[in-house]
Amino acid sequence: MTKQTILSARGLVKRYGRVTALDRCDFDLYPGEVLAVIGDNGAGKSSMIKALSGAIQPDEGEILVEGKSVRFSSPIGAREYGIETVYQTLALSPALSIADNMFMGREIRKSGMMGRVFKQLDKARMRQLSREKLSELGLMTIQSIDQAVETLSGGQRQGVAVARAAAFGSRVIIMDEPTAALGVKESRKVLDLILTVKEKGMPIILISHNMPHVFEVADRIHIHRLGRRLCVVNPGDCKMSDAVALMTGAMSADEIGQSA
Amino acid sequence: MKNMSEKSDQKPPASEAVASFDGGRTGVLSKLTNLIYTMPAIVPLFVLTLAVAIFGILLGDRFLSPFALTLILQQVAIIGIVAMAQSLVILTAGIDLSVGAVMILSSVVMGKFSVDLGLPQEIAIICGLLCGLICGLISGFLVAVVKLPPFIVTLGMWQIVLATVFLYSGSEVIRSQTIAAEAPLLQFFGKTVSIAGANFTYGVIFLLLLVAGLTYALGQTAWGRHVYAVGDDPAAAELAGVNVRKTLISVYALAGLICAFAGWVLIGRIGSVSPQSGQFANIESITAVVIGGISLFGGRGSVAGTLFGALIVGVFTLGLRLLGLDVQWTYLLIGLLIILAVGVDQRIRKASL
Repeated sequence: MTKQTILSARGLVKRYGRVTALDRCDFDLYPGEVLAVIGDNGAGKSSMIKALSGAIQPDEGEILVEGKSVRFSSPIGAREYGIETVYQTLALSPALSIADNMFMGREIRKSGMMGRVFKQLDKARMRQLSREKLSELGLMTIQSIDQAVETLSGGQRQGVAVARAAAFGSRVIIMDEPTAALGVKESRKVLDLILTVKEKGMPIILISHNMPHVFEVADRIHIHRLGRRLCVVNPGDCKMSDAVALMTGAMSADEIGQSA
Repeated sequence: MKNMSEKSDQKPPASEAVASFDGGRTGVLSKLTNLIYTMPAIVPLFVLTLAVAIFGILLGDRFLSPFALTLILQQVAIIGIVAMAQSLVILTAGIDLSVGAVMILSSVVMGKFSVDLGLPQEIAIICGLLCGLICGLISGFLVAVVKLPPFIVTLGMWQIVLATVFLYSGSEVIRSQTIAAEAPLLQFFGKTVSIAGANFTYGVIFLLLLVAGLTYALGQTAWGRHVYAVGDDPAAAELAGVNVRKTLISVYALAGLICAFAGWVLIGRIGSVSPQSGQFANIESITAVVIGGISLFGGRGSVAGTLFGALIVGVFTLGLRLLGLDVQWTYLLIGLLIILAVGVDQRIRKASL
């Protein structure tokens, strides 16, 4: 494949004592795609995602953003390269408003004296930008952008977290189990949200245990096994049961005729 | 399962937006709940107004005079200032048991440095303020970096600072006349502005300015948002890009500095420097914070609420005394208020889930 990857990894190794969580793991994400990452518990997929989002530092190997080798010292470091993560816990402050949460850690100050000397926030502008970002994703702010996040439903909170991730000129959004804690209806909305973000041209890495969800929204499926990428399958050519068989080792990558 | 070709058509129509916001709940009760929810300081303000009205009816002009009402302000000034420091710490879901001790240490340093060491009074005051700041920095470092529980850190600091006060001062009081003669600036906050029978000490004015300043900082700056976020959920704040460590250290340091100012105001109030004064400032400040509607679990409440909380205590104390009742009735009622306030806080939390 000659297409330029937006985010990739080569030969990542991460050891915790005698346990090798990542064993020369590779990873590729192409522009505009939804890449699902699946794997059994303990396969090392969360270690890989943490390495890609800057939460852990791999012992060996390299991470490339648009072909250039980078090192992330923290999630903030990864964010500077436009890699935003929507954590399973969402990392929202429940008692604060939607607008406060959207701009947490990157608030906008007023221009002029009030901003420079008295560090006053430009709340009007932050509210307006939050509203714009939410409506872009089809999250209509009928009631109030000043609503506390805890007054929102699970799906709405997910929406706020995704809007925040998509708002700041980001290149990649990593979503960790976005539907795990949600009911059927709310999950549906979050899947739609993923497709909306994709339509904006933003690539998404989706970590999920839910096979029907993965097969519905993913363009490609990265199957992780024993600390490395076993293969990448196309949801159109691969049955759900085969994906599970690959994941658990009941089937080898050669049998499906696709490999990394 | 293979038939996923339709997926691009599954985008929802605009009317069925992904997560539209529902139209607000209606009804007087839910509107009230909503108001309390968005402005928790409204409950203590209501209690305060009610208390003033009741004592006003019972006592008439003896209570409802500018003199008596401003006397309350003077009496709560010290605890009010300390409670501002306490509010900041409690907003981060911490607690500071050392506030009273830090206040006294600062006042003793100011007194001893200027009177015993003969340093210029300005230098002595700066040293006293620095002392409070350093105590706060130490607590902040232990909480934020060493990650010890705030209760334990400040319990330890309380003992250490108080012991230092007694060892350094030899439990001796520096008399009011000595200070007035040698370092009058120490009594600066005891000066009074009188407007038509209402007496505002500089200490009271300082408290009001402090409340205004902190309200601005907490509501209008990024630092303030971070204080709330850290108190709400530190892990989430960290992942969202807040420097939790820096925020916590700054809060404890600022709290220490505010306590040092309280120490200065204390000299103005009692005239002398007394190592024995302000022994219960930590408990009284926590009382004001809790009655003021700040959640002990962090992230909720306002410093204006704390001011109302301190004033409620002041109103009860003076009102019951003017009624000629035993002072124990004050403690009894304050105790009830504390439990009531925490009950309201729990209800708000439950309603929000």
